[in-house]
Amino acid sequence: MVNFKEDIRIGFYVCHCGHNIAAMVDCPEVAKYVATLPNVVLSRDYKYMCSDPGQELIQMDIREHKLNRVVVASCSPLLHEHTFRSATEAGGLNPFFFHMVNIREHNSWVHTDRKEATEKAKGLSQAAVMRVAKHKSLDVKRVPVNPEALVVGGGIAGITAAMALAKAGKKVYLVEREPSIGGHMAKFDKTFPTLDCAACILTPKMSEVGSHPNITLWSYSEVTKVDGYVGNYTVQVKRKARYIDEDLCTGCQDCITQCVFKEPKFEDLFNEGLGKRKPVYIPFPQATPQIVLIDPEVCLNFKRGIKPGQEPVVSDKCKKTCVEACGEKNAIDFTQKDELEEIKVGTIIVATGFKTFEAERLPQYGYGIYPNVYTALEVERLVNASGPTGGDVILRDGKEPKSIGIIHCVGSRDKKTHVWCSRVCCMYSLKLAHLLKEHTGAEIYNFYIDMRTPGKGYEEFYNQLLDEGNHFIRGRVGEVTDWAVTKEEEGKLVIRVEDTLAGVVRRIPVDMVVLATGLEPQKDAQDVRRLFNMSCGSEGFFLERHPKLAPVNTFNDGVYIAGCCQGPRDIPDTVAQAGAAAAEALALIDTGYVEQEPNTAYILADCCGCKSCIPLCPYTAITYDETTLKAVINEALCKGCGTCVGSCPSGSIVQNLFEDDEIFSEIEGVLAFK
Amino acid sequence: MSKPKVAFYWCASCGGCEETVVDLAEDILGVVEKVDIVLWPVAMDFKYKDIESMPDRSIVATLLNGAIRTSEQEEMAVLLRRKSQYLIAYGACAHLGGIPALANQFSREQILKFNYEDCPGMVNERKTRPQLHFEENGCSPHLPEFRNVVRTLDQVVDVDFYIPGCPPTPNLTKAAFDALLSGKLPPKGSVLAPDSALCDECDRKKTKPSDIAFLEFKRPHQALFDPEKCFLAQGVVCMGPATRSGCGAVCTSGNMPCTGCFGPTSRVRDQGAKILSSLCANIGPRDEEGINKVLEGIPDPVGTFYRYGLAKSLLRRKVNLPTSGNGH
Repeated sequence: MVNFKEDIRIGFYVCHCGHNIAAMVDCPEVAKYVATLPNVVLSRDYKYMCSDPGQELIQMDIREHKLNRVVVASCSPLLHEHTFRSATEAGGLNPFFFHMVNIREHNSWVHTDRKEATEKAKGLSQAAVMRVAKHKSLDVKRVPVNPEALVVGGGIAGITAAMALAKAGKKVYLVEREPSIGGHMAKFDKTFPTLDCAACILTPKMSEVGSHPNITLWSYSEVTKVDGYVGNYTVQVKRKARYIDEDLCTGCQDCITQCVFKEPKFEDLFNEGLGKRKPVYIPFPQATPQIVLIDPEVCLNFKRGIKPGQEPVVSDKCKKTCVEACGEKNAIDFTQKDELEEIKVGTIIVATGFKTFEAERLPQYGYGIYPNVYTALEVERLVNASGPTGGDVILRDGKEPKSIGIIHCVGSRDKKTHVWCSRVCCMYSLKLAHLLKEHTGAEIYNFYIDMRTPGKGYEEFYNQLLDEGNHFIRGRVGEVTDWAVTKEEEGKLVIRVEDTLAGVVRRIPVDMVVLATGLEPQKDAQDVRRLFNMSCGSEGFFLERHPKLAPVNTFNDGVYIAGCCQGPRDIPDTVAQAGAAAAEALALIDTGYVEQEPNTAYILADCCGCKSCIPLCPYTAITYDETTLKAVINEALCKGCGTCVGSCPSGSIVQNLFEDDEIFSEIEGVLAFK
Repeated sequence: MSKPKVAFYWCASCGGCEETVVDLAEDILGVVEKVDIVLWPVAMDFKYKDIESMPDRSIVATLLNGAIRTSEQEEMAVLLRRKSQYLIAYGACAHLGGIPALANQFSREQILKFNYEDCPGMVNERKTRPQLHFEENGCSPHLPEFRNVVRTLDQVVDVDFYIPGCPPTPNLTKAAFDALLSGKLPPKGSVLAPDSALCDECDRKKTKPSDIAFLEFKRPHQALFDPEKCFLAQGVVCMGPATRSGCGAVCTSGNMPCTGCFGPTSRVRDQGAKILSSLCANIGPRDEEGINKVLEGIPDPVGTFYRYGLAKSLLRRKVNLPTSGNGH
């Protein structure tokens, strides 16, 4: 450790980063300037500081020139701070005697005037040189990682990630909001481009998850609170009341048969509202877990007229034939309440998926106005053998369609709704075209802007569809109307579109319209983001740490993302990403510990106990000690955000690596440069 | 052996600090017994030349109160610095700028124009302003020059110690004399008061909740206050958390919130910024409109958060005016 009487000896390095920096910043000139600053013993410019020779240069100079501080002006600390800290340590110094200046992202990449960019690099370097002189030796602490993991969301992403972890011998909690896992994939009939039956490939995985000894599956449950930090999270899960004892229910479904409602009469959401279910139901035949549930909003044994958010009240007015049917199993419990469970995990994979664009938002396409306009997801259920019509394509008006129009990009690639391409719609539209033709023999028209088929076997599938005699009309559809102009159009839905290849405006009468609705973030994505302390991109999908090199990591260490919650993608990509997320989690679990950045805050004995800081801590790391009447920071929980430090009115909170002295010196360094 | 020489002087101040010396009551007798007062314009008659003729460093300690605005005040500060072994900034104005430094919100020209032309009741058709020199009946009197800004004592001369407060409380004044006379002095540059914030000695501290979220701010004349509950918990701006303790919480004991006269602790460079950061971070509403509504309760933020500390703060330090000179 350097005591403060020892001379400060700073080594300064400015990196060319090939042409990335050198093209806009005169690096030798910066090195020459910094050499004149106080305490700078050595100042060099070098082509690639992050290269092995660059790092060795630092180590050698530390030994030969007895350096005790190191400054590198190069790229973002996010990229190479760790590299240079390690080099500093390898040279025999405490790694925190290093400081980094970003003259690439903050300078060369964003400026156009070489002279001014060079001046800015000098100013920033001067700030770092003045700051690093005040740096103190700090220790990195190791904290053990809890080997248990949490996967949030039981779609194909969550299922894949949970299975990967479970197979590696890790205990996994899989929490799913709906009564069954399976997600959107469970609703699909076939998958593109191979036309595998979605259920055939998914349900074995679902039952594997349901029965795996390492997986605790909590369906109909939601994460309500997350505390703690990487490796040591405490998670609160709300297990919503099913009014069925999960341990006692065998999935025999006798209660459903014996329900006082002889016919199903309530909206079946799994079938996109196209079918009906009873108050006691199981979402779909292969649902996992095979446990029924009761909807208290329609079950006769509960009181009507309960306000939203209010707890259901048992009316006891039903004959309860279901209870009779259940008999000795005694699994039905009308008095069940939502329960909160607390679990401790070390890593979290968020795979909360997407929702589809609400087609009502584009009234010109007539969804909700004309009964024979469907969303793609509705058609998935319509063509599905276990769907509401048993796989027969029968329209809402009872007819079978002879002609069908599929409109692409509904809620995608549109400045008025979502600008992004939802990536899957072209392909699933082709799949639905194929299936609809197979089921009905109808004429199929696809209305597309561009056909996007960039995947293995995708273009081939498109060619197959062309060969099958489907019509492809290039142009964004203007409207869907029932206003007939000619005799042939009467009783039909007319699709008005500019055929941009033929250069004419066309009117195409069809019996059925399918809207290829795009993918968008879940409604509560912002709440989930806050819950797990992640970030969202401007479109609302969860933000990865790096779009290329850390696509499943988030800015919260120990929290990973997989599947469409990060952005639209198809099943193969989702599965691959889920595997990657599981691998990242495993890497952390098997390392066994996390190193904690020492830039945490601590409270001085001078604290007056005003409690101003306590409500501000985003990590609830600050508590009030009733005996000393002062605030205390739990260092293990502190993430070094600095919120409390900035707001402590008496300046009694200090943050390592961000002490006032260090920051003021840095500011003075910038201001001193003219 | 002659008794140690002590001087009291005042610059831009209200005179309250002088009162405090008298407030020592019978304790003042003990002080007077042990020292020779060589300068005390408020109470005794001395001339400039008396001081000028004294040998340098012959005064053991000078307690100077008031901020520095005029050339005359600056001259006296420089003179007393030379003549004293210890120069002590006494009271908030010498320490931090005090109330007079609130004038730093305005330019010299704005101040003169208002006071000699625009101020209600002013009759000055010829728009006469004070002149540095003028001839009258064969005499040519001089007036001190009005500087561009108000400065703290340590922005003008080197200061050894600070006794905070508006005015300093008798206990601190007495303790300072005791330390001075016994020679048990802290490191140079110290503020002679504890270094924790006021809440530490305020009886109301125990009533402050740990999840405060401000929904409105009330000023002292707008409500009757609970005499035991933390002012912040009552929605009143109290500078206590950002203010050095040592006064014995006299204001909060008298059912008035702390206004911050003791200045910040040694760890803080800008008292106003600190309390601002703390209060604003704890505002309940999260939307801009809601936040603005809460902040409407603080119509004069500078006067509230920088009531005593404007000259010493980081605000307006980059103003393009030289600190001295009058801009001519």
